[in-house]
Amino acid sequence: MASLRERILAWLHPRPQARAWALLTPGALWLVLFFLVPILIMFAYSMMPRGVYGGVEPGFTLEHYRRFFDPLYLEILQRTFVWSVACTVICLLLGFPLAYAIARGGTWKNFLLFLVVLPFWTSFLVRTFAMIFLLRDTGLINNWLVRLGLIESSVTLLYTPFAVMAGLVYGFLPFMILPIYASLEKLDLSLLEAAEVLGARPAERFRRVTLPLSMPGVVAGCLLVFIPALGSFLTADLLGGAKQMMVGNLVQNQFAAARNWPFGSAASFIVMALVLVAVMLYLRVRDRTPGEAT
Amino acid sequence: MVASPSSTAGPVVQLSSVSKTFGDVKAVDDISLEIHRGEFFSMLGPSGCGKTTTLRLLAGFEEPDEDGGTVRLLGEVVNKKRPYERKIAMVFQNYALFPHLTVQRNVAFGLEQRKTPKAEIGDRVRQALEMVRLKPDTFAKRMPGQLSGGQRQRVALARALVLEPDILLLDEPLGAIDLKLRKEMQLELKSLNKQLGTTFIYVTHDQEEALTMSDRIAVMDNARVAQLGTPAEIYENPRTAFVAKFIGESNFFDGTAERRNGGSWQVVRNGGGRFLVPDHPALTEGKAIRIAVRPEWMDVWRPTAVPAGENAVGGTIRDVIYLGETMHVIVTVPGCEDVTVAVRNEGQLIKPLPWKRGDPAAVAWLPEDCQILEEK
Repeated sequence: MASLRERILAWLHPRPQARAWALLTPGALWLVLFFLVPILIMFAYSMMPRGVYGGVEPGFTLEHYRRFFDPLYLEILQRTFVWSVACTVICLLLGFPLAYAIARGGTWKNFLLFLVVLPFWTSFLVRTFAMIFLLRDTGLINNWLVRLGLIESSVTLLYTPFAVMAGLVYGFLPFMILPIYASLEKLDLSLLEAAEVLGARPAERFRRVTLPLSMPGVVAGCLLVFIPALGSFLTADLLGGAKQMMVGNLVQNQFAAARNWPFGSAASFIVMALVLVAVMLYLRVRDRTPGEAT
Repeated sequence: MVASPSSTAGPVVQLSSVSKTFGDVKAVDDISLEIHRGEFFSMLGPSGCGKTTTLRLLAGFEEPDEDGGTVRLLGEVVNKKRPYERKIAMVFQNYALFPHLTVQRNVAFGLEQRKTPKAEIGDRVRQALEMVRLKPDTFAKRMPGQLSGGQRQRVALARALVLEPDILLLDEPLGAIDLKLRKEMQLELKSLNKQLGTTFIYVTHDQEEALTMSDRIAVMDNARVAQLGTPAEIYENPRTAFVAKFIGESNFFDGTAERRNGGSWQVVRNGGGRFLVPDHPALTEGKAIRIAVRPEWMDVWRPTAVPAGENAVGGTIRDVIYLGETMHVIVTVPGCEDVTVAVRNEGQLIKPLPWKRGDPAAVAWLPEDCQILEEK
């Protein structure tokens, strides 16, 4: 009598489709249970009247969605959007040269990559708190600037848009560097030589060969920075103070302090819809310019 | 399309004592050579012999050492010139086609960089594709990923030839395609070379390829040119044991040179016996000499039936190998390595060779077929 394991394997062997399902199911179950179900619950909440002591009451209303289109909230949304785009652009401008240098880093390559990933060893919360020590009026940066005589008295850095942007860029830069590095790393060097022999000077070579061939990495990096930036709340909370609220803070407030779950859910879904539209537009623009810009 | 006549009459490529060192490894060691207009010139050697570095010095990917001689292209010293400042074209080992561009854009790339008028580009790309036998209507719009290895090879060639270069560098371009297609491409390359008048400089480790295509071959070994000459000179008169071994097969015999009464030379073999050898400047009385004999210039005889006037060594048949066109008879000879004799296959079913393992036999060849090597 064959063991159960052997019987299962014997049954699976001639059935490739069943094998695929067997591989898919455990992970898929996890996602359904902890991602799809909660999101459906939230979607339902976003269209139900708010309960008196938090939670929801039975019923149907679009009031929460309507409420979001108040100038107060639209300003937060706009700020979130602009900051996320700015953060993505800054990460790209800083990250691309860095990734390029690492990919050409020879024997230092692995060490440099290690340095890029090193911050992940500490929690993002701790690292953001650490930035407060750098940025506050009596912090390291101000102290040094005063001591060097560059400024007379300390400049307010903390709780400004600058602080939030610095925090966002710091937090997300590795997510830009890694995919760009990956695409530059596998770039065939003989393609660069071919371009050179065909008469392309370094700038042209970069524009016509290196850049288009690293686009998959650039796209991945931009998505990996832009989407989490839109939903981030910790950075703005700790470094931005009350005046630099992002949508993430709004949602968090509604769920926690304000105990308005339906409105928090509605705000989340509006952001989610925006992300979806933005990403689709982005991918479409990218696909319409295959290869190089002419 | 004919390569534009250059203002200079001299050699198109001139290397004068060129050296290139990587770290403490000499990749190219004091090489001097000249390549003439329209020549099909091959650099042949095992990997690590310096042939690719020499090609890269010509392309401009590498610079010679600080005191490492001069590289001249069309009479001009180009040591410090970047590849895009040199008027050369190159076909890479792995083709190096731009994967994000169509065949059309790949071939047009160099013309665009050289600011060729748009109207002209289309026509020239068409002509170049036709020249390498790719139908422009079928292939122009394809991406490199949709092509077979042989087709990619042709696109790479078109991309280089469309520039109408004076000099075309080819870095083992046929290494990755199958044997039959490779033979076909060899003949095509050779006829393009003659038809266009472009100088082809070809790097390969395949001796047969080099013999088939080249006007001249530089056999390279250990960062130096071991021998430079026409295919026949290289094959029939190798200067060193390395060349004799690398190009084709050879049997080697060591001995001492000795002048005979009549003034002609013979070599007394270390393992016994003496061979008559043709006159050669390297021969001096009592000098240790190595001679090489090609397998196809030898014959196997019964020990008692060796023709008069031929050199011979006695031994035992070790093996008879069937190769189709030829038969290889391996003979164990005391005092030297096994000797391989190539015999024309006249049909083993009808007229089988009379040899079987263990038979005593003699290997014989004409004195003029001894190749006297200048160094071991």
